[in-house]
Amino acid sequence: MTIAAPFLAVTLLEVAWMVVALLAMFTGLSVVVLSLTWLERKALGRLQLRLGPTRTGLFGLMQPVADAVKLILKEDIIPTSSDRAIFWAAPVIVVLSAFMIWVTIPAAEGLVLRNLELGLFYITAFAVVGILGLVLAGWGSANKYGVLGGLRSAAQLISYEIPVIMVVVAVGMLAQSLDLRVIVASQQQIPYAALLPLGMVVFFIAGLAEVGRTPFDIYHAESEVVGGPFVEYSGAHWSVFFLAEYINTFAIAALVVLLFLGGWSWPWGAAALSWLPSLPDVAWLGPLLHLVWFLIKVYAVILVVFWIRGTFPRLRIDQLMAFAWKAMVPLSFYAIVITAVYLFYDWPAWTLTLMSLTGIVVVGYIVYRKMMEPARRIAEVKARQAAQAAQRQASRQTG
Amino acid sequence: MNAEPVEMLLNMGPQHPSTHGVFRMVLWVDGEKIVDVEPHIGYLHRGSEKLCEGEQYHQIITLFDRMDYVANFNNELVYCQAVEKLMGLAVPERAEYVRVILCELNRIASHLLYVGTIGLDAGAMTPTMFAFRGRERIQSLFEAISGARMMHNYFRIGGVKEDLPDNFERLIADLLPLLKEDVEESDRILTFNEIFLTRLKDVGSISAEEAIDFGFTGPCLRGCGVEYDVRKAQPYSVYDRFDFDIPVGLDGDCWDRHWVRVQEMYESLKIIEQALEQIPEGEVVSSLGRRLIRPPAGEVYVRAENPRGEIAVHLVSNGTDRPYRLKVRPPSFCNLSAIKRLLCESWIADSVVILGSLDIVLGEVDR
Repeated sequence: MTIAAPFLAVTLLEVAWMVVALLAMFTGLSVVVLSLTWLERKALGRLQLRLGPTRTGLFGLMQPVADAVKLILKEDIIPTSSDRAIFWAAPVIVVLSAFMIWVTIPAAEGLVLRNLELGLFYITAFAVVGILGLVLAGWGSANKYGVLGGLRSAAQLISYEIPVIMVVVAVGMLAQSLDLRVIVASQQQIPYAALLPLGMVVFFIAGLAEVGRTPFDIYHAESEVVGGPFVEYSGAHWSVFFLAEYINTFAIAALVVLLFLGGWSWPWGAAALSWLPSLPDVAWLGPLLHLVWFLIKVYAVILVVFWIRGTFPRLRIDQLMAFAWKAMVPLSFYAIVITAVYLFYDWPAWTLTLMSLTGIVVVGYIVYRKMMEPARRIAEVKARQAAQAAQRQASRQTG
Repeated sequence: MNAEPVEMLLNMGPQHPSTHGVFRMVLWVDGEKIVDVEPHIGYLHRGSEKLCEGEQYHQIITLFDRMDYVANFNNELVYCQAVEKLMGLAVPERAEYVRVILCELNRIASHLLYVGTIGLDAGAMTPTMFAFRGRERIQSLFEAISGARMMHNYFRIGGVKEDLPDNFERLIADLLPLLKEDVEESDRILTFNEIFLTRLKDVGSISAEEAIDFGFTGPCLRGCGVEYDVRKAQPYSVYDRFDFDIPVGLDGDCWDRHWVRVQEMYESLKIIEQALEQIPEGEVVSSLGRRLIRPPAGEVYVRAENPRGEIAVHLVSNGTDRPYRLKVRPPSFCNLSAIKRLLCESWIADSVVILGSLDIVLGEVDR
């Protein structure tokens, strides 16, 4: 589908088709969000010696529905001192930008609402719009925690936007395209995760920060700013933010899969499937299998996100910014440089892998040492403790 | 537009999720930095000390349950000891051992709660669940012994209410290995986590001299490297019969306080094991304690080591069946007094962690 016709010349049928497609995307994403909330609660529960939801339907599967009904029926409170227009607009901006991203993310070869040749550019551009919504939400709710959270989100998301864009540039250089379908197609043999592991690590970590997941959930940190920009929102308004957050998480996971894990392509290309009995020749079967495979990959990435949430505390704002500017940004520039060198001199593929692994190991080691620096002093304490205990033991025996 | 730094007044509490009860801080913040802080306490003030003057001696035990409601047994113990000292009452051996076992179990339960809350303050949910598993197990044992999970009202002046249940040995034999596992797991999941270290190390540091000036006791003082523990410095009950160490930190920061608490759980386990070996048979309450308690006129000052620090009771009796005056020195209150010194020049996010590492219980601060 190309945009050949001028806007006014679009036929009614095309408009109707677009509306149907948008509604389908909206429904699909909503179902995905429902599944994600259930999965998060179940996965976290299992990590935390709990069962997660069990009361609503089989395995608590209806829990998201119950939650949604509860949220929609709740009273929607608007604080009297809030800026009503901004208060209303903020959730809309956040959720619109979240949905807009998905317009151009393909879930299978042909399964995309509107494929753009500059798809990645479009996605990174719209990812920033959501920040505006968060800042407005914090400001408009006339709450100090909200303002703090909104400003935190602006600082955090803009800082982490840079490594995301830089890594996207590196991937674009590798694929020689910003079209997501082309990028996936060029990973038929080797996924970029093998070629540029550095890129995937940086993109995944910065992506976590982009969507405000643990350990980067400081802008809505429950124990500090009590929900940050969302503190005054309730009911349906709050659920809209919630929806946007999960759609964004899903988008980041999908982008990790598309950019680095080969999208819907099978490992080692289609040849790996040659041992299978040939599939019946139905037109929709191929895309369907692609979609299933794509979703499996995305949900696997999302489970890692939940796993991290179940494991780590959160960073402090200054540590978070330091991590962005001292580790993530230099690493993402390094990714561009090594990709350029690799492409310019036409070196074999393993050199790029080697160079990016070196980058991860070196920077990872420095960050680890810096974070574990106190551990050295702790070892000192422990040694002293042991010496004291031994001394006491000795004095007890003699005395 | 004014380019000067603008200070914002940020009210934290009493309904903030991480002020550990109903504590309120008014923070003056410059961006994310705290410039000044004004603590407000008293939201949980019930006038416990005054209430004590109107109750008979044996009724006061329940009031002590409700002061530090996370370490009920330890609180009951210090009060009972004060009255016993005033009356010159000898407690049966077995009762002393029962008290020590329960107090040390309660210490572990209290520190496990601390591990859970500091995890939440730092943003990690999972340690809470791991810590509460152990805490639940301890509370189930308490329920089997005293009939209540909290607010036990089990200690009596001159002993304990009744002997341990018949199946106690099996219960505690089942509990201890599991508890050891719980303590180890809640230690492993949090203590050396890189992000947790980054958040807590060198945050809220205080020197030993300053800590002593503020009246710090317990893990907060030991985190500064001062080896002071009432159980060793002035052994009460039968604590002089056990072999245990006093863990001390080095820098007096949040992480050292955390580490001291975690190590104390291991030490408590050691004490419990030794107490179980040594516990004799016999009476659990002295016959004198069963009568109406009417201590002679006089006053007494008794202290003990609570999970939060040194708790002391100053009891003045005028010879009636009710105390003339009862003053409690709550460890949380003294530890909390340093909040202004600790918070100034730190980040907003640190305020939560520092408050968590002081491990206050508002029931005790406000009384």
